[in-house]
Order: sequence, then structure tokens, then C-alpha cells
Amino acid sequence: MKYFAGPSTDPQPPSDMTDTTVFQARQILTMNPARPRATHVAVREGRILGVGTAADLAGWGPHRLDTRFADQVLMPGLVEGHSHLMAGTFWRYVYGGYFDATDPAGKVWPGLKTLDAVVAALGVAASASDGPVTGWGFDPIYFGERRCHRTDLDRVSQTRPVGVMHASGHILNVNSAALDKAGLLRSGIDHPGIPLGDDGLPTGELKGPEAMMAALDHVGLNRAFLSGDEQGITDFGRLCVRAGVTTATDLAATLGETELATLERVTGAPDYPVRIVSLLRMMGMKPADAVDRARTLAERSTELLRLGRVKIVADGSIQGFTARLRWPGYYNGRPNGLWYTAPEAIREAYTLGLKHGVQIHTHTNGDEATELVLDCMTEALAASPRADHRFTLQHCQLADDAQYRRMKSLGLCVNLFANHHHYWGDQHHAVTVGPDRAERMNACRSALDAGVPLAIHSDAPITPMAPLFTAWCAVHRLTASGRVLGEYQRISVDEALRAITLGAAYTLKLDAEIGSIECGKRADFCVLDDDPSTVPAATLKDLRIWGTVQGGRVFAA
Amino acid sequence: MTPCAAERVAEPLAALPTVVIGGYLGAGKTTLVNHLLRQAAGRRIAVLVNDFGDVNIDADLIEGAEAGVLSLAGGCLCCSFGDDLVGTLTALCRREPAPDQVLIELSGVALPAAVLRSVRLAPGIAVAGTLVLADAAELRRQAGDRYVGDTVRQQLRDADWVLVNKTDLVDAAALADLLPWLQALAPGAKLMACAATELPPELVLGWRATAGAKAEAVAAPPTLSDGDGDGGADGDGDEGLAGFRAREIGSFGRTSAHSVFASRSLALAPGTDLAALGAALAAPDSGVLRAKALLADPHRPNGAGWLLQVAGGRWQLTPALVQGPGRLVLIGLKGMKSPPALAGVEATTPPDA
Repeated sequence: MKYFAGPSTDPQPPSDMTDTTVFQARQILTMNPARPRATHVAVREGRILGVGTAADLAGWGPHRLDTRFADQVLMPGLVEGHSHLMAGTFWRYVYGGYFDATDPAGKVWPGLKTLDAVVAALGVAASASDGPVTGWGFDPIYFGERRCHRTDLDRVSQTRPVGVMHASGHILNVNSAALDKAGLLRSGIDHPGIPLGDDGLPTGELKGPEAMMAALDHVGLNRAFLSGDEQGITDFGRLCVRAGVTTATDLAATLGETELATLERVTGAPDYPVRIVSLLRMMGMKPADAVDRARTLAERSTELLRLGRVKIVADGSIQGFTARLRWPGYYNGRPNGLWYTAPEAIREAYTLGLKHGVQIHTHTNGDEATELVLDCMTEALAASPRADHRFTLQHCQLADDAQYRRMKSLGLCVNLFANHHHYWGDQHHAVTVGPDRAERMNACRSALDAGVPLAIHSDAPITPMAPLFTAWCAVHRLTASGRVLGEYQRISVDEALRAITLGAAYTLKLDAEIGSIECGKRADFCVLDDDPSTVPAATLKDLRIWGTVQGGRVFAA
Repeated sequence: MTPCAAERVAEPLAALPTVVIGGYLGAGKTTLVNHLLRQAAGRRIAVLVNDFGDVNIDADLIEGAEAGVLSLAGGCLCCSFGDDLVGTLTALCRREPAPDQVLIELSGVALPAAVLRSVRLAPGIAVAGTLVLADAAELRRQAGDRYVGDTVRQQLRDADWVLVNKTDLVDAAALADLLPWLQALAPGAKLMACAATELPPELVLGWRATAGAKAEAVAAPPTLSDGDGDGGADGDGDEGLAGFRAREIGSFGRTSAHSVFASRSLALAPGTDLAALGAALAAPDSGVLRAKALLADPHRPNGAGWLLQVAGGRWQLTPALVQGPGRLVLIGLKGMKSPPALAGVEATTPPDA
């Protein structure tokens, strides 16, 4: 035998990347159908040298055998196809969510089951520091009919601004001091996003970006800072490790020079654990400028920072009634939503993106927005034909089968918001789109049957980043109340696992590098204590994640 | 504990007049903004755009750039508001020197009324009106578009004034056909048809007060003794109570025969019923596009009186300190009704205090 056995637990990563390390595992799920299972994977220079049995790998020469995963299961590093760096930033504030959540350092914060518990948690934070008191992840939908009022948060402080961001990211609750600082503690305000109490003053609930904006700074939620400072990007990386994620998107960013320099510095550190794919947000930019900027950015890509893609937002959100729906519109009769980007601009961006090889991802929530994108794509492809463009629809929650068939013929991919279906499906069933259309939301089955490449996502921090939970959502389609919403659209565990690995990698044009454990690809693994291929499907979301291997570097959660 | 809300409301604010400029892509918003900047005539105009990517300020107007603000000729400036319109407006109010006028240029798919709700959250901003531009040649197609038709129609319905631009691209018959259709679509808006570059700047920028009496707030009594937006000293203080004159303020449209605007300035009799006047000026058939009147209340001391402002189909009376005789200035379509006819029988009772 040419190889020697190393110690059973080797705390050190390979000291020299030209060395070869063979990781031994209880099971390796490769996502490569030609060799779906293995016990050993050889790694050299951060890439996969070979997969198979110990004997299969022996011919590669001397190596270190790393047996620390001998009792673990390896699968390809998970790929989060739609998340935001803000998910890391939020954790320095008070977690106010209903469900247990784990912070970047691994501490579990118990879910807060009453408004009093949220107020108490904020109070603890208030006594520990000066300045604004800030919480996030708040979801009072679980507290019954009672709305959070500014006087509830006045119990935290009457003099310091207090604010709690809702889990949806669309509503901010603040106290009287924050309203005062924002100039909103007065009568006579007439704004649909600022409900008033019997006293004529705002209740402290600020709904929608315009209403929230006036108070965000005062409660410590500065937008520029949320987009990712050094600590936020670092914490984002830790969250990824805990979720088994080795590649994650920031969808999307303004990518100014300062922001970019921070990203380059943080992701360039030798121990940064995740590959960040950062898309340029086309907002208030001319399409030609966005495409040009993306081409320039592409040249600055590194192994762990991938640039050069564009994101366009076509419409708003369904639960915010700002998504564009086709006839018959919203179930409760609300008027149709808003266009966030003009159709002409979308069409021009597509035409230029296709011409110059710049990939574009487009946020569409409502089915009218999806229809518009399909029409724009049809025209753009006629003007700038290009094979294998992989333009991708993000969220795309309400598309119907006919639209999936058009996506297939146009070469589009889709990244569906499976988590949303779990958290807000009941609301869609009852209020926004009604029972039948709610059942077709996030139609994973339709996408696969039509042959549309599929990814599924968390939109972290809107919902927690945890691709295995996302897979569970797509497999079961259970809503928060326990309803199976759209049984037909459920997909199998294998299909869901593919969607969070190769599927997401495909939408990023990275499937040649990541997404499966195959010779030549990056040595990116998700390390599990449990085997997702053998546990009951119902427990998919509860699988224990040990950590990750990223480019051959080992990161314990 | 929290301060008394009523006190907050009573705080006088140095209100910064703001006009929202909307309209679908290609309607001519940027052309109009550049035109207004060229006609600023000493006014410090602050132009807010969605994002700097939208900035198309004519290069010769740009003098410099610093901290995200473009300095423009004549003390004007341009900055982007991105997704924080209220914060940008608030910062604008704190600038030294403060701008005289704000123009908010919306994106092509923005709904003006929705933006106005946010604008009104900013302390110290007084919304003067909403002007929506329309492309004479493209409007009907856009308004019927399957995707953006409802957006285009709502933009028009949100307008105080609709400027049908690019009239040279359609013939007279098409324009004559378009305007009634547009009026039916946007019954609350006052319509005008001309090239954006020929719009009288007073319609958007208002009338300049005399030096040192710029602000219209209670704290800084406004006067209108200059009374003109159309160049030329007019001495209308000599015109007497019933005297007013109609002066065309240039030639608008393709030829002088197509001139569409007129401006008037006149004295108001003490005791004129400003509420009735406002309603008459704002009426759909008045032909008046914008008007401003100041009148002392004879029953109250120290120049306490009223400011009447008319923008399209809206009018508003606010308390003001008034020096000198009552004045009315207005701009409208050529052939607009004369103000006495608009006001009906001159009232002798003051508006309710």
C-alpha cells in the first residue's frame, strides 16, 4: 500500500495544499448518478481528486488519510441560491422570533412565545448597552389579534429609540422615542403604512419601506451597514457553515467601491468559509450601465467572490400586495401591485445581457411579472440569440404550468421560495390569492415536469438559511398551521437535495465547479451526522450538521 | 413622557415648496427638468432623482460633484434619493443655504400619489403640485398596454397638471382627439399641450416673492408686490381693485397661433371671498392652471390674513401674514375665464377664521 494511515482525529487541515488528503466517511452522497455513493474522497489543491473506495484512490500516490469524518456523512456543499449578507448583520441585534434560532457563534436563542417575552428580551439588551435598542425576526402573527403598540416598546425604554423588525422584513415596530426622533409622533399623518391609534398618533407599526425608512436610522438599522460590514460578512460565513453551505448568494448589492473592497478583504481571508456570489442590483441604473458594470466586476472575481451577474426586481411581494398579478388579481380584491422596473428597461437589460454574456436573475413574485419577463425574454432572444444563458427567475411564486413550459422553451431557470410556502402559505390561502392559486405557489413539481432547471431558497434573513429545511419545505409543503398546501407540487427527497446542490449551482453557472462530488470539482462538502438518504423524509429539517469542508479546508459548525 | 402632539402640529415650519414630476418612460421628464433649471432665474432648485443612474442633467449645467450631490449652475443642485426619499428631503431642508424649490423626478413606473404620501412624512415640505407628462404620440398605446396600462392611467389620475408633450409628433386632429379622451381619463387634472421646453416656468416653480420675503410660512410674511412671473415690472399696484390685465407670456406651441398660456396679475378687493375664488379657479372649466392669492383679513389686526393656493383642480387656504393690498397672480390657458367671472359675485365677508 502506498498510503499511510493518519491519526483518527486530525485537528489540522492539510498543511500543504499540494498534498493529498483522503477523507474517509461513513457515507458519501455524491449527487453524481454515475457513482452515487462512496466511502472515500481524495482532495488535492482544494479540488476533488477522486471519489470511491480507499482502493480506488490508492493510485494517486502518497496521501494523508483523514478519518475525522469516519462516522459522518458527506454530501456536496450546499448552495444557497437566494440569500442576503444582511442575514449575518442582523445577529448583533436582539433575536425576537417565535422559533428557536442559532446565532453565528452556535448559541441557540429560544423562540419568544409572547409579546411580553419579546419586550423582556429587549429590556435585557437595553440594560446592557446605551443607544438604540434593536430587535429582529419579530413575528406577532403568532400572538393572536393583538398588535404590538408603541407603548409596549415604551416599556423597554421611554427615552431611547426601540425598534423591532418583523421576520418578513416589511414591517418595523417602534416605541414613542423612535417615532419622536423620526418626526412621526404627531397627529395629522396620512399614510397607508402608518396606522394611527384612537389618539390620532401612530401606533408605532411602520409598514412598507417608505414608512419604515424614516425610523430605521434612529433604531440602529442603517441600510448601508445592513448591506454587509466586515463583521456582518464574517457572521454570514459562520451561518453558512452551520447550515452546511459552501456557496451562497448575495442577491443583490449595489457593489460600490467601498462595499466591494470590504467584500474582497473579508472573503480573501484564508479562513473565510464560503464562496459569495454577489449580484449587482440594477436599480435606478440604465440597463447599459448595469451590464457594463457587471462585465467590469466579473474581472474582479476570485475563488471565493464571484461577480459579474445582474439582478433586476420586476415587482413587489404578494403578502405586501405589491406583486403584479394577472387576472383575476388579489383574492381579497386589493388593487394590483407595482412595477419596480419598467418593462422597457427589463427588455433592454436582457438584450444587452445576452449580447455580452452577462447573466441576469430577475425577481418576479406575481404571475403577471413572470409573464412580462417571459415576453421580454422572447423579444431579447430574438434580438440577441444566445445558447445556455441560464437567466433565472427568482421567487417566481405564482407561475402556472403554461409559464413553466415557456420558461423551458426560453432556456430560463427558476429558483422557488419553498420556505415562504411554509411560513406564509396560510396567509396566501386565506387572503392574498385564495386556495387554488395558493396550491400552485412555488410549483417545484411543475418546474421539474416541464424540464425547467430548479433551485429552492430561503431568502435569508427573511427566513433562516438552512437548505435542508428548505428541502423539507419542498418535500412536504406543510404550512405553519400544518396544512399540506398543494400536495401535487411536492417533490421527492432526492429531487429536493439536488435542488439545494446541483440545481442551485446550475442557476449560477457554477455546476461545472460545485454541486456534486466529482473528480475535478471544488472540494466543498456538507458534513452531516445523519444520512439524508436514509432518515424519514419528515426529519429532513432536523438533520444534524457537523460543519463543512470548503476548498478542502475543514470548518466545524 | 411623550410631548403633546397638538403642540407639534402648531409648530410653524419653513415650508419648502415641492413639485412631483411624473410620467412614463420617454414622456419628457428630464427634458422638462433641464428646461426648468435653465429658467431658474435665481431660484435655487433642488432636483431629486431616483438614483444617479437616472441623472441626465445637461452637462453644461453641472458645476461639480461632492458627497453625492451635483452642484448645478445658479446655486441649484441634484441628488438621488434611492430608497430613502424622506431622509433625503429632510437633509435637503437642513442645507445652508436652503433651496427655494424642490423638484422630484420620478421613475417611469412610479405612482405620484404613492410617492406624495411619503413626501408628506418629511417635515418642512409643502407639496405644491404634481405634474405628469405624457407623450402625445405614445400615450394611448401606453395607456392600453397589457402590463403598464394601469400604471400609466394611474399616473395621469394622480396629476394636478398633465402636460401633453411632443405635440409636434401628432397632427392637430389627433391632438384634438386625444385631449378629451385624456380629460375623461383624468378628470381631476388640468391639461395642457405643448413642448416641455415651452412650459412657463412659473407653472412649476411658482412666483418669486420680493427679496427678503421668500418664505410663505406664517413666520415670514410673503408679498406678491412683484406679482409677475413673466418678466417685466408691471406695477399692478396701480391697477386698481377691478383692474387686471391679461398678458400673454410668450408664444407656446408650434406657432404663435398655438400659444396656449396666459398669465395675469391683479389686486384683490378687501373682503373677497377667497374660498369661493379658490373653488372657481380650481373648477374644471376655469382654464386656470396655477394661482396664488394673498389677502389681509380686515377683521383681524397686524396683517393677519390668508394665502390661497390653487394647483390644477385643488385649492388650499392657509393663514398668512399679509402686507399691502390683496393680490392674485395666476397662470392658465389662453382664453381662460376672467377672475371676476370665476369668483362670481364679489363677496364682502371674509373666509371663516
